[in-house]
Amino acid sequence: MKEGRPRSFYVLAIFFAAYVLFLYGPMIAIYILSFQGPSGGLTFPMNGVSTFWIAKLFQGTGIVDLGAAFRRSLLLGIIVMIVTVVLSVAAGMAFRRRFKAQSILFYSAIASLIVPSIITSLGISLEFRIIDDLIKAHWHENFETSMGLLTSGLGAHLTWTLPFGLLIMFAIFNRFDPRLEEAARDLGATPWQTFRHVVLPIILPSVIGIGLFGFTLSWDELARSSQAIGAVNTLPLDLQGLTTTVTNPDIYALGTVISAVSFTVITLALGTIHVLNKRQAAKGSDAGKGLV
Amino acid sequence: MTTSDEILQEGSPGVTRGSPKAQASLRPRLSPSFVSWLQAGPMMLVFLAFFLIPLVFVVIVSFWDYNEYQLLPAFSGRGYTDTFEGCIDKLPELCTIGRTYVMTLKLCFMVWAITLFIGFWVAYFLAFHVKSKTWQMGLSLLCTIPFWTSNVIRMIAWIPLLGRNGLVNSGLVKAGLINHPVEWLLFSEFSVVLALVHLFTFFMVVPIFNSMVRIDKSLIEAAYDAGASDFQTLVNVIIPLSKPGIVIGSIFVITIVMGDFITIGVMGGQQIAAAGKIIETRVNALQFPAAAANAVILLVITFLIITMMSRIVDIKKEL
Repeated sequence: MKEGRPRSFYVLAIFFAAYVLFLYGPMIAIYILSFQGPSGGLTFPMNGVSTFWIAKLFQGTGIVDLGAAFRRSLLLGIIVMIVTVVLSVAAGMAFRRRFKAQSILFYSAIASLIVPSIITSLGISLEFRIIDDLIKAHWHENFETSMGLLTSGLGAHLTWTLPFGLLIMFAIFNRFDPRLEEAARDLGATPWQTFRHVVLPIILPSVIGIGLFGFTLSWDELARSSQAIGAVNTLPLDLQGLTTTVTNPDIYALGTVISAVSFTVITLALGTIHVLNKRQAAKGSDAGKGLV
Repeated sequence: MTTSDEILQEGSPGVTRGSPKAQASLRPRLSPSFVSWLQAGPMMLVFLAFFLIPLVFVVIVSFWDYNEYQLLPAFSGRGYTDTFEGCIDKLPELCTIGRTYVMTLKLCFMVWAITLFIGFWVAYFLAFHVKSKTWQMGLSLLCTIPFWTSNVIRMIAWIPLLGRNGLVNSGLVKAGLINHPVEWLLFSEFSVVLALVHLFTFFMVVPIFNSMVRIDKSLIEAAYDAGASDFQTLVNVIIPLSKPGIVIGSIFVITIVMGDFITIGVMGGQQIAAAGKIIETRVNALQFPAAAANAVILLVITFLIITMMSRIVDIKKEL
């Protein structure tokens, strides 16, 4: 294996590096620009360096009520994450056996992933409008709306995060060794004990991955929220609203703050996954080492 | 695979395994199919309530009537006739909806072709040239991280680069290549395609990479041993074997671009009409039946494209 790398390696390595630069370059540009001086504009060059624009966001004197939108997005993201993890793990376990409606659930998930978001969003908004009309007509005349962050908004986000969760579960159980569960049962474990002490620790790193997808996809979700979120805005919706009237760098500052949360969550999740994998490797199987 | 349960039953029929407690819990208090329902039911309910029923409502409402400010639950084809207004009497010129779909399909095709090219070679590099597993993981992660960050931010990130006084323009002016800043860099078809490629190449890379790492390396060696050139190996071995990934990636990219209204809105300066954008405009005008009719049309066209593509590959088998 001493032969040198072929020329195609270098060509493709440069191509790959260019792709990565293309991915990250523009983002890094706005992160830098959000530290513009108070008189700075929308483009380079920098007019001094300051945290003026970022501080302005948190003072609430900016264009949007950042604090409220921030808390709403965070709350929704955390709930979506928890629901996505629980429902995906449960459904993933179900798919290991045959059951009726298996293919209905599978195709619903795939369809939910690829039906254009605007259609799902419109559908949810129509559904809630019709429910509202029914309530107004039959029960409360002064009923406002059942649409909201944690009703239609939560549902809209779940149609986007659950398919990813389910697909990750498929990938996990494709390489899961069922003999481990049989061994647990042979040793007298109940189904719950088997899940809690054998299955869950093994799949935990990937389950954290599902949580990562659940939170970040919700945190940045826009297309599905657009029609279905009700009267309030999430952070990305506020950000999108800013794009049409943008004149100074607070839009970059807002972008940087949103990204900072994303990156914190990504780092935490990847760090945890790394630690768990390390621990699994260290405490790995003692098969074949004889009786201790 | 024969499970050890089956082997056990063959060897000593009637034996059950586990402690008395475990055996007790194995006794069918809950039948397996009931457990499956408990496990899969919640997710099914979410899809039912927030995806399947809403889709049904889209179809129903598309046949309702409307006036300036409200929905009228009475059968009417107005949503559709308004949408296709002028399509027949204006012939051979295209009507608005026709032009919109031509535009959408054009964007779709350009984005598909570019993401496929980039996605294929990025996946190829990761799958065949990066030998160490750690590096493969690290570089894949590098491609995935932007996917976990906000799409709007990744769009507006282009503004300081492509704007009238942006880096690209000032660079070109300084280099003497152009005299005046060019306008078509931002808020144009160009910037829309650029942003869509930037956002969604990820959806091409992942499935193609997935197909490629599953290719048995000895097949490629066999091709070389049989005298195939690099190019012949690529065309006759690697591309056919990564076809499932290519098709799945293409389905993702095409359906995203078909329904996109945010990227096209933000990067097109709200000036480009596309299929998803009409739906948004109609909703903003509170013309829900017309919006729903447009959604149904978009759904049908997307469905046709997917059906055509999934003829080539069985999606379920590939996951």
